[in-house]
Amino acid sequence: MKKIFKEQKFIVLLVAIALYIIFALISKDFRKYTTIILMLDTTYYFVLLGIGVTFPLITGGVDLSIGTGMVCYALVGGFLIRDHKWPVIAAMLFCVLFGLLVGCVNGVLVAIMDLPPFLATLCTCMITRGLGTRIANQQAVPWPTAKVAEGWFHNLFKLSINKVKYPTGIIVVIVFVVIMAFVLNHTRMGRYTIAIGSNKEATRLSGVNVKAYHIAAYAICGLFAGLASIGYAAATPTVQPGTGAGLELDAIGGAIVGGVSAAGGVGSIEGTLIGVLVIQLLKTGLPFIGLEANWQQIIMGLVLIGAVIIDVIKQRRAAAM
Amino acid sequence: MGDVILEMKDIDKSFPGVHALDHVSLEVRKGEVHALMGENGAGKSTLMKVLTGIYTKDDGEIIYEGKNVEFHNTREAQDNGVVIVHQELNMVGDLTVAQNIFIGREPRKGFMIDDKKMIEDSKALFERLKIHIDPTEKMSDLTVGKQQMCEIAKAISHNCKVIIFDEPSAALTEKEIEDLFTIIRDLREQQLGIVYISHRMDEIKVITDRVTVMRDGTYVGTLITKDCTKEDIINMMVGRVIYEKPKEKSMVAPDAPVVLKVEHLNAGKMVQDVSFELKKGEILGFSGLMGAGRTETARAIFGADPKQSGDIYINGQKVEINSPEDAVRHGIGYLSEDRRRYGVVVQKTIIENSTLACLEDYMNGLFIDKGKEKEVSEKYIKELATKTPSSDQLVVNLSGGNQQKVVIAKWLVKNSDILIFDEPTRGIDVGAKNEIYKLMNRLAEQGKSIIMISSEMTEILRMSDRIVVMCEGKKTGEIAIEEASQELIMDKATRNIQD
Repeated sequence: MKKIFKEQKFIVLLVAIALYIIFALISKDFRKYTTIILMLDTTYYFVLLGIGVTFPLITGGVDLSIGTGMVCYALVGGFLIRDHKWPVIAAMLFCVLFGLLVGCVNGVLVAIMDLPPFLATLCTCMITRGLGTRIANQQAVPWPTAKVAEGWFHNLFKLSINKVKYPTGIIVVIVFVVIMAFVLNHTRMGRYTIAIGSNKEATRLSGVNVKAYHIAAYAICGLFAGLASIGYAAATPTVQPGTGAGLELDAIGGAIVGGVSAAGGVGSIEGTLIGVLVIQLLKTGLPFIGLEANWQQIIMGLVLIGAVIIDVIKQRRAAAM
Repeated sequence: MGDVILEMKDIDKSFPGVHALDHVSLEVRKGEVHALMGENGAGKSTLMKVLTGIYTKDDGEIIYEGKNVEFHNTREAQDNGVVIVHQELNMVGDLTVAQNIFIGREPRKGFMIDDKKMIEDSKALFERLKIHIDPTEKMSDLTVGKQQMCEIAKAISHNCKVIIFDEPSAALTEKEIEDLFTIIRDLREQQLGIVYISHRMDEIKVITDRVTVMRDGTYVGTLITKDCTKEDIINMMVGRVIYEKPKEKSMVAPDAPVVLKVEHLNAGKMVQDVSFELKKGEILGFSGLMGAGRTETARAIFGADPKQSGDIYINGQKVEINSPEDAVRHGIGYLSEDRRRYGVVVQKTIIENSTLACLEDYMNGLFIDKGKEKEVSEKYIKELATKTPSSDQLVVNLSGGNQQKVVIAKWLVKNSDILIFDEPTRGIDVGAKNEIYKLMNRLAEQGKSIIMISSEMTEILRMSDRIVVMCEGKKTGEIAIEEASQELIMDKATRNIQD
């Protein structure tokens, strides 16, 4: 039991709760149900991005392409629905597969071609940004709204009955968190992801096909960027071309705050969930207590520095042992 | 030879568990090249590190230019004129020759670096060494030999009086070695004291004036080079009293089948045309000096490094091994000399490490069967007597010997039949060493076949049924344990070098 209290994700959970209480005490508007729903709308896709990027982060890498990637998939999906009359379900599937493909490309660049993850995914970040804009013909692309029959996918995240909105996305997110936590802790994929991040060479010399599992970590990340694009389409009335840069940082930041080590080898899906929540609480709550946008950025930066310092101290302690 | 410039007297240095230097002495005169010899781990490098302030001595004194000194870091040693030229060159490849030589102490003109003076000064240094290198050339464009000359130029630019060469010839071609010797002779003319560390017997005879031999952290003696023979030096290097009795005869049945056959293996410079056989239940010792290519041979067999050519047969069947994955599938396990880097995932538990090589056998459908995993790791904790409070202990918290047992467990869990132990007892204390030895003997009795790479002569003689000796990438001998002796092994381990 004592161990649980020492864990970073538990402390971060307390921070999240404390943040919520503080914001709710200061601002009456923050306490409103509509604010919660609004905050959750954006949180869903950030959590999905966060779950995905946790895998490359644990291998000691990173994926910077998930933000622009997510917007790119959403653009292309919407484009297929609007201009090519694809059924929504097919477009959704396409988004996920597109994400998976980009993830695989990242994986090959990193694991086979030995590019630094930062650089490889920075390139795919630019490529997805340009590609989405090109395919969308530089126009904003709307997905069907919740009012029409095609807009059923909105219900996955937010169900309206008699004008009351229910945050069904919580269920979706929790299902994925549970599944991926299981993958990370109870499958070979997860075990090897952690082993690669802890000591890639020792893992290779144990006869593990390190390259394949390394690619798989990025593939999972891409897959979740694809899933996130559906949540993004549901939360964003019209998807704007050329956007998305910077969104990955909220997801990566959330994972780091949630206890994923920047050096690799350590991390959990639950932790990432909680970390992303903290970031989203700050993003939503700070304006409510009267802090302008610049301050939000500064505070978020400070929070991240804090998380990274904790990580560095933990590593130093581990090294000293 | 002139006056004594440096005297190290009764130097004593202990690390936890190891008495690295036991009252060692060394005397260097002006204008002499003094060889420092000894097997791997004899304490040569430690002694030089004590001299240049990397280590602090526990006892003894260093008298330099008639004064009692103690340097606290290499910089201080440098400033006082004592400089090491390392085997691995410490050069910044992307900077020019001149920038490298004056790095950290660039001549300045106001706020700017005085490039002109730097280049002029470099030219002057090269003139003094009678070599031709353009100071404006990029360091990474030079050959290893030229880079080393720059390192020497850097050393003498400190106005040094004692210069230490740590295995300077290891990476050089024959022509480059000749150039190096010309420079060393010049430096001797200029009345510098020169310490020359090398394993190459012929070089010692050619370039040095006196030889000091060390063994197991002790001072053995100093000879005048021209008055002694190669055999005299070898005898001093290996002439230890052996407390543990060497194995008297091979424990392997004469008709034991060959489990591993390696033919004409080539992998880079360090593995040239290596062939050998390993029998079932045999412990095959691989002996040689540092840089003999033993680890490289093991890594090439294991598929950890690419090989150029050569065939590997397992149980008579020719196999393709291109990655560790292939090797593990064919029943080979490799225990690296550097456990922390290549052997264990230190920040993970014993359980996770034990099943790392064969997690596929511990699955329940898609999921890892954690119960079964725990069971098997605890079985091996018990069998190998690994000292740990529990199986979910992080490996980083275990001692060296117990970490080694975790690596052994990993390969036993995988049920590998061929085990390559690379320096199995390095960094392990005496008690744990004996345990590892017993374990290896037991494994051999159970029919496992073991390749044991070891730089410890006593370990080789005590454990091996047969001994392969390597020197500079080539196999130079194969000795049955019945005929093995320290002298014979050392002779073969330096054979290539002599020719």
